Amino acid sequence: MPPGEGETVRLRPPRNTLNQRAIGWWRVQWLLMTAVPVVPLAVLGALIEPARFWLLLPAAVLAAAGTATAVLFPLWWFRTHRWEVTEDAVYVLTGFFWREWRIAPMSRIQTVDTVRGPLEQLFRLATVTVTTASAKGAVRIEGLDHEVAADLAERLTRITRDTPGDAT
Amino acid sequence: MSTVAPPADWRRLDPRTVLVTALVVAGVVAGAAIPVTLGLTRWSSLPVAVLQVFAGALLIIGVAAGADRIRWHRTRYRIGEEHVDLHTGLLLVKRRSLARSRIRTVDLTANLMLRLLGLVTVRIGTGEQGADSTLELDPVTRAEGERLRRLLLDRAATAPAGVHREGELAVLDPRWIRYAPVSFVAPMLGGAAAGAVMQVSEWVGAQGEVIEWVGDRFRDTPLLWTVIALVLAALVAGVVGALGLWIEMWWNYRLEREAGGTLRVRRGLFTSRSISVEEARLRGVDLVEPLGVRLLGAARLDAITTGLAKDHEARNADHNTLLPVAPRTRADSVAADVLREADPPTAAALTPHPRAARGRRLRWSLAAALGPVLILTLLGELLTPVLLWIALGCAVVAVPVAVVLALDAYRGLGHAISGRYLVTRSGTVRRSTAALERAGVIGWTVKQSVFQRRAGLLSVTATTAAGGGAYTAYDTDASEGLDFAAEAVPELLEPFLERSPKKA
Repeated sequence: MPPGEGETVRLRPPRNTLNQRAIGWWRVQWLLMTAVPVVPLAVLGALIEPARFWLLLPAAVLAAAGTATAVLFPLWWFRTHRWEVTEDAVYVLTGFFWREWRIAPMSRIQTVDTVRGPLEQLFRLATVTVTTASAKGAVRIEGLDHEVAADLAERLTRITRDTPGDAT
Repeated sequence: MSTVAPPADWRRLDPRTVLVTALVVAGVVAGAAIPVTLGLTRWSSLPVAVLQVFAGALLIIGVAAGADRIRWHRTRYRIGEEHVDLHTGLLLVKRRSLARSRIRTVDLTANLMLRLLGLVTVRIGTGEQGADSTLELDPVTRAEGERLRRLLLDRAATAPAGVHREGELAVLDPRWIRYAPVSFVAPMLGGAAAGAVMQVSEWVGAQGEVIEWVGDRFRDTPLLWTVIALVLAALVAGVVGALGLWIEMWWNYRLEREAGGTLRVRRGLFTSRSISVEEARLRGVDLVEPLGVRLLGAARLDAITTGLAKDHEARNADHNTLLPVAPRTRADSVAADVLREADPPTAAALTPHPRAARGRRLRWSLAAALGPVLILTLLGELLTPVLLWIALGCAVVAVPVAVVLALDAYRGLGHAISGRYLVTRSGTVRRSTAALERAGVIGWTVKQSVFQRRAGLLSVTATTAAGGGAYTAYDTDASEGLDFAAEAVPELLEPFLERSPKKA
């Protein structure tokens, strides 16, 4: 603290949460990721009699851990991932163990992309990626309702188009 | 592609490119010819082998020269009112066009052969990522290269007039060569020299003899001294190499500011290079102090700029260096000149970071040092006691080094706002003091791990379109770091901050 300043400063969380359906989307993603090692292990375990125990044991452990994570963690992620778009900037908070606040000023935005993966389409969600001229300054908002995302992208595109200069 | 003469405003490259290509290929072929001839003598007599190799060499040179002749024939460029066009290609004709308003750099390079012929290679860049952002004219005459450079970079003078000097900002001081041997290049070159001796002797089938000869020299010397002598020899070779490389890179170095707001670096003994940076694109400077250089009180100055050529060819060529390793005070004064500031931001007094940052650095470096020791100890317990002694030796050497580096890394941390610039400093093996123009900041990233949260720290990163894309103040005080960011770029961060009276 510099002497003479009798106040502490901290970043307030962005105002908006993601869509509730993001919880389900994260769960399915996590379950699929768990299935990648578990299913082959289980199938091999069913087929190979002598090694059955040593194949099914890790499969069971992984499945239990993956399912528990899929049930509990997304609830937590939902509370820690937040976003906000003001007149002047895009502001996003992600992560819990490694928290990361990203701020991109409206006047410096170069492109606005909306991406919907197959799973996201299933949950009617979308990811908005806002890039600036910095190679390291991209801001991603994952798990938005797809209509909210479309509106947001349109709004951002309009604002950036009206901003003169090449945003560097 | 038609063969009719191009219209008047289209120009061709210099026809001597065919000669250059032929000579370069001849050089490469000559280098390869000796081992190939030696190899062929196993099957045929020496004269026959020489003849075969000679015929093959002629064929290769002929094909290469012919291909280059076709390339020359099909290449033409035009500097139009709005665009620069280049048509080129051996089999397919590539037509490329750059908008003149987007051109940021025009760099001239000439290796020894091009210089002897009075030619240069011109690289015209927009500074955007991707291969299509650069046009290369290889080669044109030196006068034509200069003409293009002046023509394409001459904009209406945008810089504020008067207060700062035009013309020459820095020239080479030959005494700076004393910093060359302490760079990391020296040991690398030494290793490379030893490797090259082994490789060449293997080609001529004399590797065993070389090892035997070296063994003979040291017949009566203990092994330890032999190793020390060989390492010293390699180091001496490395130092000589580093000196030579420095002379080749930096001879004739001069940094100038030209009318129209362009900074120009010229350098090189054999290969001459001319690198121009439009000042409107300059977002700051980075004062780089590698460990050895720093111990001698010196530093290098790099430009932080949008739109320097980023293709892989240019990346390894110190493309953005404004000043070679020079005394620290000189580097600071050049920084002030380049940025048109009265006081160099790189020499500003920096706010140190909290002591908790020191603890984090000590823990990291001790963990890195003790990890291998722990593994060695475990293996020693299980396998052989010799490893225990090695582990002890490692611990005795590595722990003090780790502690010293960690303390040094902590001392290096700092940030400040100095006039129009924000300054961040970090690093120990390669300490970097970056002065970034506050108006060039195009976003903030604030990171805080669980451990940082408990220690009341966070890392503040300013993102920018220039240079490395992001400059970070690591492990600042959680509150003061945000204050710094908010002050550096007013109004951007402020709406997202909560200020509360400090708890007593």
